[in-house]
Amino acid sequence: MIRLVKRPMPSKFWSWTTPLVAVIATMIAGGLLFAILGKNPVEAIRVIFWDPLFGPNADYFRSQLLVKAAPLILIACGLAVGFRAGIWNIGAEGQYIIGAIFGASLALAVYPAESWFLFPAMVVLGAIGGLLWGLIPALLKVVFGTSEILVSLMLVYVAQNLLAYMAFGPLKNPEGYGFPGSRNLQGYPSAFNDELMAGTGVHWGVLAALGAVVAIYVLMQRHIAGFRIRVAGEAPRAARYAGVVPARLIVFCLCLSGALAGMAGLFEVSGPSGQITDSFNVGYGYTAIIVAFLGRLHPVGILLAGLLMALTYIGGDMAQLMLGLPSAAIQVFQGMLLFFLLGFDLLTNYRIRIGGARA
Amino acid sequence: MIIGGIDIITLISMLMVASTPVLLAATGELVAEKSGVLNLGVEGMMITGAVAGFATAVSTGSPVLGFVGGALAGAAMAMLFAILTQVFLSNQTATGLALTLFGLGLSALIGKPFEGVRPPATGKVPFGPLSDIPVLGRILFSHDWVVYLSLLLVAVTWAFLKFTRAGLILRAVGENHDAAHALGYRVIAVRCAALAFGGALAGLGGAYLSLIRVPQWTEGMTAGAGWIALAIVVFASWRPERALIGAYLFGGITALQLQLQAAGYAIPVHLLSMAPYVLTIVVLVLLSVVHRRGVQAAPAALGRSFHAAS
Amino acid sequence: MNRRSFLTSTAATAVVAASGLPARAADPLKVGFIYVGPVGDMGWSYQHDQARLAAQQEYGDRIVTSYIENVPEGPDAERALTQLALQGNQLIFATSFGFMDATVNVAKKFPNVKFEHATGYKQAENLATYDARFYEGRAIQGTIAGRMTKTNKIGYIGSFPIPEVVQGINAVYIHAKKVNPDVEIKVVWAYTWFDPAKEADAAAALIAEGCDFVLQHTDSTAPQAKAQEAGNVFTFGQASDMIAFAPKPRVSSTIDHWDPYYIKRIGEALDGTWKPEATWGGIGTGMVGIGEISDAVPAEVKEEALALKDRIASGEYHPFTGPLKKQDGSEWLAEGATPEDGELAGMNFFVEGVSGELPK
Repeated sequence: MIRLVKRPMPSKFWSWTTPLVAVIATMIAGGLLFAILGKNPVEAIRVIFWDPLFGPNADYFRSQLLVKAAPLILIACGLAVGFRAGIWNIGAEGQYIIGAIFGASLALAVYPAESWFLFPAMVVLGAIGGLLWGLIPALLKVVFGTSEILVSLMLVYVAQNLLAYMAFGPLKNPEGYGFPGSRNLQGYPSAFNDELMAGTGVHWGVLAALGAVVAIYVLMQRHIAGFRIRVAGEAPRAARYAGVVPARLIVFCLCLSGALAGMAGLFEVSGPSGQITDSFNVGYGYTAIIVAFLGRLHPVGILLAGLLMALTYIGGDMAQLMLGLPSAAIQVFQGMLLFFLLGFDLLTNYRIRIGGARA
Repeated sequence: MIIGGIDIITLISMLMVASTPVLLAATGELVAEKSGVLNLGVEGMMITGAVAGFATAVSTGSPVLGFVGGALAGAAMAMLFAILTQVFLSNQTATGLALTLFGLGLSALIGKPFEGVRPPATGKVPFGPLSDIPVLGRILFSHDWVVYLSLLLVAVTWAFLKFTRAGLILRAVGENHDAAHALGYRVIAVRCAALAFGGALAGLGGAYLSLIRVPQWTEGMTAGAGWIALAIVVFASWRPERALIGAYLFGGITALQLQLQAAGYAIPVHLLSMAPYVLTIVVLVLLSVVHRRGVQAAPAALGRSFHAAS
Repeated sequence: MNRRSFLTSTAATAVVAASGLPARAADPLKVGFIYVGPVGDMGWSYQHDQARLAAQQEYGDRIVTSYIENVPEGPDAERALTQLALQGNQLIFATSFGFMDATVNVAKKFPNVKFEHATGYKQAENLATYDARFYEGRAIQGTIAGRMTKTNKIGYIGSFPIPEVVQGINAVYIHAKKVNPDVEIKVVWAYTWFDPAKEADAAAALIAEGCDFVLQHTDSTAPQAKAQEAGNVFTFGQASDMIAFAPKPRVSSTIDHWDPYYIKRIGEALDGTWKPEATWGGIGTGMVGIGEISDAVPAEVKEEALALKDRIASGEYHPFTGPLKKQDGSEWLAEGATPEDGELAGMNFFVEGVSGELPK
């Protein structure tokens, strides 16, 4: 009989090895899928995982890897803090949207005035927008005990409808010939979150994501607040003795993750995306939840997981182009990757015992 | 019966059909959540059910078999989720999101040969003279059998959770899995069964979309219905009878705003579409206030993994 | 420098990969496409892909085509377009309005690559735009609906309040009114291009309001199914022919035919005569197809509709010919006048007689 025994401490060895095992398992299962679809599996895997990094034009694709991964990493870093504390914000998508609306509204309101402090002000507003949207579930939880999981999720739908209202109404480009969507901020120098060095893909959002990784690392590993957060998540009762005030912790975690998600939305809407449209949000807030867990709620893990997710998107597009794989096959492939990564994580926290002997 | 230019009877009869897919999916998810598992993959299970149901119905020529196929496919997807979250103890939120991604892709691959095909038709249930009764005839006796099945399933679920011993065990597992385990109940088996039921109903809801409501197979045809089902479960505060109200409310708002437009009213569509979600939050808050010192509305163990320590 | 050298090498491998054919043709033209939906959407992206296949058929191994589907509008579009350009595609079609700014950006970065953007209004040295005059098909639908309606109410499921849809609504109304002065048009905005459940509800709402014609500017067949269920309600196929619902409720259709345009433009790129133009083709150029008018339509109405089709195709008649007034009663077009294409392309008002307000 096979039994699972919880490890007293997560295994260091397995926490580094399981992602590799999972990726290899995905390559095998995905290879099978591609073979069934009549494609050369080895080539498909190479196109997805190797070509964007080291193939032709890798310079460009590496820069795009950063662009695609940055919002995921930024959002996931904030979420991970809450998840560690047992506070489940799954509404980052909504906070991302509201942050973008807040920041972009400022730019669209003062257009075409140029000023150096416009962009910083937008970033601050973006963070405030996300923070406020995160504050709603926090306050409802603190005051009424309402589940933050469900309120934050409901608020995503509210935000999406608000976004559509804005894109078709107040924020619509007055020079857009009646088409929905705002002015493109890429054409507004003071508001444009441009590449800082041409060709690298690095914009302010990428720097912010890296900054978040460092900051969250310091917070969680080197700061008393991080200790309290971890205790709250692992042993809620003991946490009170460690000086944790649950209400404060809830507000802190939801506001932090909301603010980071809001900033991510602002960096995206003022940079790569450029416009407020009813569909400019492409699910980063949800994908970031997956990234947070793939990264084991650890900032460095999240950095790697974000880059891995970005790689499958970019490599997936390559596979469509080079091999004619349908995008559906890429989605299935991504789904498998996530299943394997999430499933094999078991080995980090549990030992597998074979035989009936009691431990 | 016409109020403010809106034919209420038509509206009600319309929203009963409109709400059937989400009602089925929400009822299934409700049972899964009652057992303490949060499966965010409803959309993925629904669309897999939609394609499998469609493929089965077209291949066999029988819509009934199609619905069976859709339910089985939805249940199969749910079992994948169950293996990952119950056996491999993966995080439920992340796994559910991955399941949706996987389902959307898989369904598109399976559905390729069925694009542009028409499924065998599902007729209305012949109620004879009953359907000629004024008002009630249109509302109650003018639908296909799946509408009645969905209502029956809501009733059965309600009775199961409220009156049966198995329902009690299921709720116990969802409230406190450690205590349920200590009492000798098999937590994982119960949750797997609940998940399978949830998946089957989601699959049935998906099949209703592809076989009756559209009826055709197109990639991504669920268009977010699974997410609405999740909202309905919350709105219903995990009670099947309220899920019925929730589904009709969510379906009803869409139907109503379109009817208002058709009747010539200029309405803020997006703000109105937002309303059910805001209302759901209000309901959640009210429930939390009511249950402040008593039983929580949400199953206490919702979203938490169970591992028997010994 | 080195960009040039690897382009040639990847081009050769991609030929083999994409088509499975041996790389014998010296230097086939590489043509890339990005689609906003999956090619299996049976609507917008499907029609573009059908046209891609037709072009491939036409030119055989003189061209190699590839595509990326399901590309969200926004940053991913810009990356996908760059990917196509880096892959050595010399002619790239961006097939959704929302790709506009991304296409402009990428076109700037690759001055030697030719770009084509569907339904937009921004051109450049190496960026052409193309669109179809779907309103021409709507004029024919309006004529049929105006003649056949018993309730004198025509329903229209609008996707988004954008010029293309507004043109469609106006064209239907003008032509229905011409043959039936008592006709009314009711518009419902679904705010989606594709959501079967919502489209079904929208159709049901219009039918409940007494409409016996439901026209749709959305891509699913759900309204067709609703109409069939309701009995004596008629519809028109949208984007694709939706022939599965013929002869009733679907009595005809407006089909997106991009084939003639793609074949023409790829041909021009092959022989070096490609120019950045703004093309707005209609029935005459074959870009707007009128699906077969079914037997549910009385013969004399069918004849009238076909005659109208011929007059539009030959350019003899413009569906927006004055005298026409705007909804608020102000003059729009004088007797015999037709609008400039630029004005028409930005149409943001209803014509006189259409009820309901155009959402702002």
